[in-house]
Amino acid sequence: MAAFDAGFIPVARQKQKPHLLPHIPSAKSPPYFISVPRSTEGMVSQPAVSTVVSCHAQGELSVSSRLLEKMGNDQVVTLPDSFGRFGKFGGKYVPETLMYALSELESAFLSLSKDEAFQKELDDILRDYVGRESPLYFAKRLTEHYKNSNGEGPHIYLKREDLNHTGSHKINNAIGQALLAKHLGKERIIAETGAGQHGVAAATVCALFGLKCFVYMGAQDMERQSSNVSRMRLLGAEVIAVHYGTATLKDATSEAIRDWVTNVESTHYILGSVAGPHPYPMMVRDFHAVIGKETRRQAMEKWGGKPDVLVACVGGGSNAMGLFHEFVYDEDVRLIGVEAAGHGLESGKHAATLTKGKIGVLHGAMSYLLQDDDGQIIEPHSISAGLDYPGVGPEHSYLKDIGRAEYYSVSDEEALEGTPTKRHGCQVEIAASSQGNELPCPEFDNCILRARVHFLSAFKRLSRLEGIIPALETSHALAFLEKLCLSLPNGAKVVLNCSGRGDKDVHTVLKHLKL
Amino acid sequence: MAFSPSFASSLSSRNPNLSFAPPSSQNCASSLPPSRNPNLSFSSPGSQNCVSLPKSLPAVASVSLGRSMGITETFNRLREQGKVAFIPFITAGDPDLSTTSKALKSLDSCGSDIIELGLPYSDPLADGPVIQAASTRALAKGTNFDSVISMLQEVRPHVSCPIALFSYYNPILKRGVAKFMSIIENVGVHGLVVPDVPLEETQILRSEAAKHNIDLVLLTTPTTPNDRMKAIAEASEGFLYLVSSVGVTGARSSVSLRVQYLLQEIKKATNKPVAVGFGISKPEHVKQVAGWGADGVIVGSAMVKILGEAKSTEEGLKELESFTKLLKAALP
Repeated sequence: MAAFDAGFIPVARQKQKPHLLPHIPSAKSPPYFISVPRSTEGMVSQPAVSTVVSCHAQGELSVSSRLLEKMGNDQVVTLPDSFGRFGKFGGKYVPETLMYALSELESAFLSLSKDEAFQKELDDILRDYVGRESPLYFAKRLTEHYKNSNGEGPHIYLKREDLNHTGSHKINNAIGQALLAKHLGKERIIAETGAGQHGVAAATVCALFGLKCFVYMGAQDMERQSSNVSRMRLLGAEVIAVHYGTATLKDATSEAIRDWVTNVESTHYILGSVAGPHPYPMMVRDFHAVIGKETRRQAMEKWGGKPDVLVACVGGGSNAMGLFHEFVYDEDVRLIGVEAAGHGLESGKHAATLTKGKIGVLHGAMSYLLQDDDGQIIEPHSISAGLDYPGVGPEHSYLKDIGRAEYYSVSDEEALEGTPTKRHGCQVEIAASSQGNELPCPEFDNCILRARVHFLSAFKRLSRLEGIIPALETSHALAFLEKLCLSLPNGAKVVLNCSGRGDKDVHTVLKHLKL
Repeated sequence: MAFSPSFASSLSSRNPNLSFAPPSSQNCASSLPPSRNPNLSFSSPGSQNCVSLPKSLPAVASVSLGRSMGITETFNRLREQGKVAFIPFITAGDPDLSTTSKALKSLDSCGSDIIELGLPYSDPLADGPVIQAASTRALAKGTNFDSVISMLQEVRPHVSCPIALFSYYNPILKRGVAKFMSIIENVGVHGLVVPDVPLEETQILRSEAAKHNIDLVLLTTPTTPNDRMKAIAEASEGFLYLVSSVGVTGARSSVSLRVQYLLQEIKKATNKPVAVGFGISKPEHVKQVAGWGADGVIVGSAMVKILGEAKSTEEGLKELESFTKLLKAALP
């Protein structure tokens, strides 16, 4: 498959700010459009070519749809292709039993995405029940905090997904999939959850639509996110403890897949991230794409332009994809994902899949993966249950490989110990991005002090500076500001996805922070 | 290819290269399956027909000599005899590899027609609790791909029936598909089942398997639409694996009646042998499935459970032996 001619992508190129784009190799457009590989010889016929039809809020067309219209070329589709691939990533690596359900789901999603009545129902629920749109909030005191001695620094905005009903971005996807399940006539819903935010979202939409809900959750996560377990039970869901393996998100996902394999005829699986087999990475992304679309419009209203940098935490990667997707073709917008480095990248106990992983297959998709030389999955570690996952959504792997998005990681151990690093730079582990670049450190001399990454401190800082208690997952993205802000010019517009609120984490944090 | 009746009847064991002595070398050579049986064709002009080889081949020799009768040939032979293949499954390394090695020999000598050997994997999402637990135990004991291969290299000359590996995709991918196939071919493996790779994703596996004389066995299930089943049957090598029920591996109280219908549909679509697995655990199950026209029955979790829950290795092996005989006796 040939990469699409770079000149063909009609992205409106605003004034470039070269200093904002240290990581994007030249001005090459990402090979996001591809010609369709139609070699289906010897294969079962595929569902119709999957053009990306996002569920748009307030009638906005997605970027990809706009581009497709301009191209007017049947030979061109957006990613994923009809095999569910983003480059080499993605696909459908599942037991045969699920294949029919996956094509059924894909067809239903593609047809409903074009269905006006469905779109209206979804938009109405997102507005009246979820509370969209979520504000784009100028974090004035946080911005002040990051100003240098000359009073200069970037402007930090928070996309307030924490204000959604149920307290995180997860509800966007849960609503969309529950509507799909209703359409498919499936009354039994299963879901996996790590931090419990997706489980709560799934339990909520099941209550809303009168569906039976079963949530698989690692036994260890049930302990560290016990308030969410109670919420799910209150909402009428059955929470099933998973004791197998590490008893965290990975095992909960495997168990949910086993349940689906067993009950596929009656059950819809509301997968909670941009991971899993096709069409999930595409579908979950599109249900969350509303985050980025609103951001574009809100940015235009607030400062008459686009954001310069987008920052989001990445476990499976759904909140990040939701924010990034709208801007993937806007090359002047930096996309930054922050992973959990756990006890540190060298410790082996982390969840920094894109930084340290190798390509493999887990839970139905090819992507970067934490694994050993034998191809066995390595147990991840993060204090944040929502990031504690050895895989990552395939589209993130693709964005990393083509150099379109940058991925870094933030550790929890250092934060707890507060040990200054001996390395140059800071305690932010610079991801081995495909270019191997490091962020420049403009204040080399006092970098050790300035750039200490304390995501627990970040948790506390946002609470105290802005009166917003962020989720531990979100705190990883916030912690990265410590490093990022040093490298940004005065007035740069940073939008950080405030993906969830931290009420659920207060218990965990109190164990580690002396308040 | 069909064996001549006289040839078929002369087969007293499942492993012609190790024991049978056909009337003449010409007869032997002309009856040989092409290419799949290098150990048979190696009988050089000067040698006495197809030689009878000593049971205890050194490990090195097994690399070149250890390929016993293949999967297709095994099914052909059974079909000629009106028999149904008994295919047990065990997890490599549970409780340890030396037990696995003994179990393979025992399963073979008790009349198994093909043995399916599971490579333990950290995230076996098509498996129920019994095989999950077996995988966990095996990995905890330090079982890895290399140790399984060493064990196979040692045991292969002593096992006459074909062996098919059952492995999830990631360990294959990590090693490199071509390299994986080459390694398993060299230790005399004939077939491969990859439960998390459906037809659409099999291209690389199929081409590499074919290069290395490995039959890539594909699975069809009760949720597979008919057209798709036909495409799977077309692409599957060795045999077609019919998953008896919607679900993961593990014993069930009865076999779904849907299996009878599915078998009829499959038989309309293909002449390839069909083996039924998932949930089959009792003599009455195997009898029923054989009666519905299956060419083979696969029994996994029930076997794994015996080895996993035995008080001692010896007891486990003994019980495995009697259970195998019991199931085998229930088949035609």
